[in-house]
Amino acid sequence: MSLDAKIPAGPLAEKWSKHKFNLKLVNPANKRKYDVIVVGTGLAGASAAASLAELGYNVKAFCFQDSPRRAHSIAAQGGINAAKNYQNDGDSVYRLFYDTIKGGDYRAREGNVYRLAEVSVNIIDQCVAQGVPFAREYGGLLDNRSFGGSQVSRTFYARGQTGQQLLLGAYSALNRQIHLGKVKMYTRTEMLDVVTIDGHAKGIITRNLINGNIETHSGHAVLLCTGGYGNVFYLSTNAAGSNVTAAWRAHKRGAFFANPCYTQIHPTCIPVTGDHQSKLTLMSESLRNDGRVWAPKTQEVAEKLRTKQLTAAQVKEEDRDYFLERKYPSFGNLVPRDVASRNAKEMVDDGRGVGGSGIAVFLDFADAIKRLGKEAVSAKYGNLFDMYYQITNEDPYTQPMRIYPAVHYTMGGLWVDYNLMTTVPGLYALGECNFSDHGANRLGASALMQGLADGYFVIPYTLGDYLASIGPKPVDKNNPAFAQTKQEVVERINKLLALKGTKTVNEYHRDLGHIMWEYCGMARTAEGLTKAKGLIQELRADFWKNAIVVGQNEEVNPALEKAGRVADFLELGELMVDDALMRNESCGGHFRLESQTPEGEALRDDENFAFVSAWEYKGDNQPEVLNKEKLEFEFVHLTQRSYK
Amino acid sequence: MSTGNMNFTLKVWRQKDANSSGKMVTYPAENISPDMSFLEMLDVVNESLIHKGEEPIHFDHDCREGICGMCSLYINGRPHGPKRAITTCQLHMRSFNDGETITIEPWRAAAFPVIKDLAVDRSAFDRIQQSGGFVSVNTGGVPDANIIPIPKVIADEAFNSATCIGCGACVAACKNASAMLFVSAKVSQLGMLPQGQPERWSRVQAMVAQMDEEGFGNCTNTGACEAECPKEISLLNISRMNNDYFSAKLFREEKVHDHGASGGE
Amino acid sequence: MSEFKQTFNSSLGKKLIMALTGLFLCTFLIVHLGGNLLLFCDDNGYSFNMYANFLTHFPPIEVVAYILYLAIIVHALYALILTVNNTKARPVAYVAHNDAPASWSSKNMGLLGSILLLFIVIHMGDFWYKYKFTHTVGYKEYRTNVLTNQTTVSDFTPADPTFEHSSTTEGDTEIIRVKDLHARVANSFSNVWYDLFYVIAMGAVAFHLLHGFQSAFQTLGWRHRKYTPIVKFIGTWFFGVIIPLGFALMPIVYYLKSLGR
Repeated sequence: MSLDAKIPAGPLAEKWSKHKFNLKLVNPANKRKYDVIVVGTGLAGASAAASLAELGYNVKAFCFQDSPRRAHSIAAQGGINAAKNYQNDGDSVYRLFYDTIKGGDYRAREGNVYRLAEVSVNIIDQCVAQGVPFAREYGGLLDNRSFGGSQVSRTFYARGQTGQQLLLGAYSALNRQIHLGKVKMYTRTEMLDVVTIDGHAKGIITRNLINGNIETHSGHAVLLCTGGYGNVFYLSTNAAGSNVTAAWRAHKRGAFFANPCYTQIHPTCIPVTGDHQSKLTLMSESLRNDGRVWAPKTQEVAEKLRTKQLTAAQVKEEDRDYFLERKYPSFGNLVPRDVASRNAKEMVDDGRGVGGSGIAVFLDFADAIKRLGKEAVSAKYGNLFDMYYQITNEDPYTQPMRIYPAVHYTMGGLWVDYNLMTTVPGLYALGECNFSDHGANRLGASALMQGLADGYFVIPYTLGDYLASIGPKPVDKNNPAFAQTKQEVVERINKLLALKGTKTVNEYHRDLGHIMWEYCGMARTAEGLTKAKGLIQELRADFWKNAIVVGQNEEVNPALEKAGRVADFLELGELMVDDALMRNESCGGHFRLESQTPEGEALRDDENFAFVSAWEYKGDNQPEVLNKEKLEFEFVHLTQRSYK
Repeated sequence: MSTGNMNFTLKVWRQKDANSSGKMVTYPAENISPDMSFLEMLDVVNESLIHKGEEPIHFDHDCREGICGMCSLYINGRPHGPKRAITTCQLHMRSFNDGETITIEPWRAAAFPVIKDLAVDRSAFDRIQQSGGFVSVNTGGVPDANIIPIPKVIADEAFNSATCIGCGACVAACKNASAMLFVSAKVSQLGMLPQGQPERWSRVQAMVAQMDEEGFGNCTNTGACEAECPKEISLLNISRMNNDYFSAKLFREEKVHDHGASGGE
Repeated sequence: MSEFKQTFNSSLGKKLIMALTGLFLCTFLIVHLGGNLLLFCDDNGYSFNMYANFLTHFPPIEVVAYILYLAIIVHALYALILTVNNTKARPVAYVAHNDAPASWSSKNMGLLGSILLLFIVIHMGDFWYKYKFTHTVGYKEYRTNVLTNQTTVSDFTPADPTFEHSSTTEGDTEIIRVKDLHARVANSFSNVWYDLFYVIAMGAVAFHLLHGFQSAFQTLGWRHRKYTPIVKFIGTWFFGVIIPLGFALMPIVYYLKSLGR
């Protein structure tokens, strides 16, 4: 199958406006005749549901949490980028576009990224109008900061809780539409399948998480805004409930899965303390603006630190290796996430890690406190410092933080065209759920931007084009496809409930996580990936024999919920490994040890791999088929990324 | 899988569903590490229950980093446990003494019916927000973000109110199961900002009316909510809401309008 | 439902009523204490008896008095309604008792209020009712020589039992005959149990107002970075200490006096 990304022709800056003009419009009087299903209520989902309802469509929105406000977008700390150039420091739409393409290691589409940069400015306006309390200067205007690998200050923020404030803004817009009756909200409801009729998405099957009812919902289009799949690693900064099920079910119904191996490992997370750990907590990247990352110069000193013969403060200046500043003099501690992460791993692999486990490096604020004073540091990072203290019982004002990379974001996701439509007509993917804008690595403060761009400013235009083309005829709920799909969902649930083995679902999840982190984490090799594939297959087979799933369907049953999600992760994991193995180059967050520059940087192979890998599901236990969407670069010149 | 050496006795509220009656059940929690969060400790207990083929203890949780507001738990007579200004997921077992008996109950309020075990239905909060906790602006067509300067003190204060995570600890802590702190935080946030002014008087009336309808108790200004709030939302918000409410009801002509009626097709 | 009715039926409206009646009762306490301080005048109850007579015979005060009684009733009634609502809002109690970090008085306003209501009933029955509606209170006659300004006092029994008060002049002597509430007070205060109850009730006043006064401002939404500390200071020291202490001193002083007699 040839993939048409539908990128409009013409100059970069005119693509989107031209495209908007060419999109068909739905007659205002007809809008109320269309039903749109939105799954997930994070930034992408809530903003899409609200905006579409404002236009007049009937929206049904779904989330598995008890309230749309809980979606994991809420946990984003640092900020949101926008090319406002309020700071007069040389920012522009083009620069944000360029930085994003470059940061993504030239594995994203020019057209999509430019559009993202273009609408970024509208997002800020929209959020402010909703009452989002962004940080301000004394003069009353908006404040910006520089963030993760950017040399201009274009990041808007609300203390360390930007995601929360943006989500509450979108949630309030959604609430308004719920109040007006234009959105029907289904909470504690999990989507378990997509219904397709003649190849078009026409509805979903859901499970009510309170009473287990399996329900069918029809609509003229289905929007998946269900986030990323980082929890395939078991430990990640994602919420406990974050999962791939909605996207994976869609994949099995014909939506291609793009670039699954592109995962982002965030450099500044709190290190793991033991096997009991259920999640990893991220410390905002903004900490790297003032904190200095270092490891001991020698293994001896590191050993003394691990055994507590030395404290960090006692390590002499000449015994410290500020490795990011040393290796990347111009970007220093602000190198992109993948670079920072990989370097921390190198330190640990070199036996220079710190903390009890030796799997951590320092992020030190002593100099910042000396330079700015404790008060100023506290004003900037107080809540992050408190959070660190809560978790570790160590005071970052008096001793350096211990940090280590953790899985944070997945750039891969459902393949979508310029209109955000997947390979299933009528099925859309927005936000982290799709693959489109970040290439092989996402820049800091760009996830919030993308989620809201998709929901507020892209889908309201592009969805109309599809809806206008299919017409407002009601979806036939009696079509056998609904009953058929429902039946398949019920059978799968029964199959899961019949599992009465000896190993808990959580244990399988943890095992899967270990495999993924070990072989498909920060550094990957052909050998390791091949091994991982076998291990995952074994684990999956064992799961369907030996897992324990307690309880029934007709009740609140988190064990059943989790079992379904882990079963999907066990399939996704293998595809990620396949993708990572196929992509015999390093780019952004995908680092193949076989492909690096003499300095140990990611070495791309543009000749052979300047494409999006889009995987096509062919049936259970069948190898997935690789489809390639070639990436054309008309406007930027591909270079080796260098942050030196 | 456990790695620690702390042991606890848990007394946990078990209730099959909203229509069943519940009771306290005692469970041992063994080999607990002081570095575990409270929820991870419950995970350990649940894993052992599942191994025995028993139903795990159900509790709400999601982000596990103190921001989503999904986790709850009334621990030893305090919402979110003994430490101030944190949620249950941020509470670590080092805050307890080895050998301690820990009582775990769901939030108790008529407006928060129990769903199962320790999880309660907090959709009343959503309905209150839906009744008016927004600024009626449609997507697009808004002015440039910098067109309205907002004094930093106002922006900061609005932010302080906006940090509410909607967990319901205020209701759980209040001897009257009042939701005033929650409601007032949103009313205050939007009431302070210029963007919220056009609907200020209508919003407060609508939200208070919905709050009353949900069956929460009344505020007696004891301040337990403020003391137990994981985000340290101030009682000042309640005062602001009262002021706005009385101004709206007694001195303003605005009625509760149908919010956002300009939307729709 | 009219808008006003709706307002006062809302949770906040009921609180508004509590706050307004509460503050009104607070102001009354100031007046009441001011008057009662006359008990400490060493003039055989002359000032106090005249004050009592003035209060019961000056029409505007009469009106205010009835508003006052109404305020007490409304305050108590709404407290009851709110308490019932609040109990309904938490139908299942917690097993573990919380040590919520809130002040003791704020959590026990109902208990304190009930003590006060009981006190008010007894107190009014004892003084106000007997003074106004019965003839069990005696009379005093004060003869003052306007030239020498010397006063002599004697008991007095009027021919007419409905007699209230008279002021006449005989030559250089001004004769004032008035109901002797002062004696009634002195008599009551000589009972140690009565005094104890009185002092406990004043303790209840102290704790009730310690929370109540500033709470009323919170309810009304009158909070201000600059003025709230003043309100809290007044609430604590004036209404929480000085006023109840002033009232409590009366039975104590009179009891001690009665011992000396």
